[in-house]
Amino acid sequence: MSRLYLARNPRVAARSLDGEMMIMSGRDSTLFTLNKTATILWQSADGATPLDQIVELRICREFQVEPAQALQDAETLARELASHEILQISEEPIPQPSPAAGGSR
Amino acid sequence: MPELTTEVDRLSLVIEIGGMPVRINTTDPDFLRMLENRYSGFISSSEHAEISFDMELTAATFTDPDADVQVSQRMGRWTLLRGDFRAEWEPSLRTGWIRQTANPYSIDAVLRIVHTLVLARQGGFLLHSASAIRNGKAFLFAGVSEAGKTTISRLAPPDTTLLTDEISYVRKQDNGYIAYGTPFTGELAKLGENVSAPIAALYLLAKGKENRIDPIPPGQAARSLLANLLFFAEDEELVQSTFHSAFEFVSRVPVSRLTFVPDARVWELIG
Repeated sequence: MSRLYLARNPRVAARSLDGEMMIMSGRDSTLFTLNKTATILWQSADGATPLDQIVELRICREFQVEPAQALQDAETLARELASHEILQISEEPIPQPSPAAGGSR
Repeated sequence: MPELTTEVDRLSLVIEIGGMPVRINTTDPDFLRMLENRYSGFISSSEHAEISFDMELTAATFTDPDADVQVSQRMGRWTLLRGDFRAEWEPSLRTGWIRQTANPYSIDAVLRIVHTLVLARQGGFLLHSASAIRNGKAFLFAGVSEAGKTTISRLAPPDTTLLTDEISYVRKQDNGYIAYGTPFTGELAKLGENVSAPIAALYLLAKGKENRIDPIPPGQAARSLLANLLFFAEDEELVQSTFHSAFEFVSRVPVSRLTFVPDARVWELIG
């Protein structure tokens, strides 16, 4: 099975407030509030860490869930976030722009 | 021919909202008079203007008066388009033009859009909210249509100064925010006073059976603020800027829910 890599879309704006991660699409101004799992994916989406490692190191430890099922759910969620252009996903590591170029704070 | 020179000079006026003077040049004296009446209290005697628009008044109506507004930027030039007007504005030159029929609504929309674009780069914004000054502090009352913006404005006691019953003008200054009066009116159809004050609180309006103020979580405050912002541009950089401005605002200004019954006692809680 191929590995999946996640990266934040630099064209969205993101802010964490009181534990809530909010994302706004720069394209159409749609506002998203991420749940805990989606927040972990967003925070871990560095373009270099594969999804299975994110699931193992962050999601399974946080939620005490079975790894295979957690990976399947995380992949579904990652693809959904990608469909909203919040995340970029690829089967190859995703080169990241310099930190100054991002929209997150 | 000094009279002729004087006549030409008169076909221009400066509308200053939120401390930003915008010059309107027109060749139509009737339209100029209409603007003077419409923006009474916001006409500046200063010669200085941040932006200068040439009016191009057309006789024909546009093909689709109900079309959505479109605001886009290309090569440093903004294009503003709605069913009833078309305008272009080049910030680097501080000039632009507006094409519309001789009505007050189209230019009002253009001014709102231009101010949102300017404010977005400065950490400010226009907000769907009533606002008023009491005891030297400004209070904002936000909500969608029917939330009570006009009602709370109408109930304001004599010691308050109404800034607007519909669109609040918020400018960032140092570590806080200033609210300015606007001529952008709602149902009250009464222009705000052209004054300003530091913002002390933002209230999210809700009608209920008693008057009360309740705190709301920061995330909800940010979401509510974003939902009530006026923003038109299809521009990623400005969308991101406005998004972050909303979070800066809720981190510096108390945001609460104001539930009220429609009588004047609600103002006992304000100020």
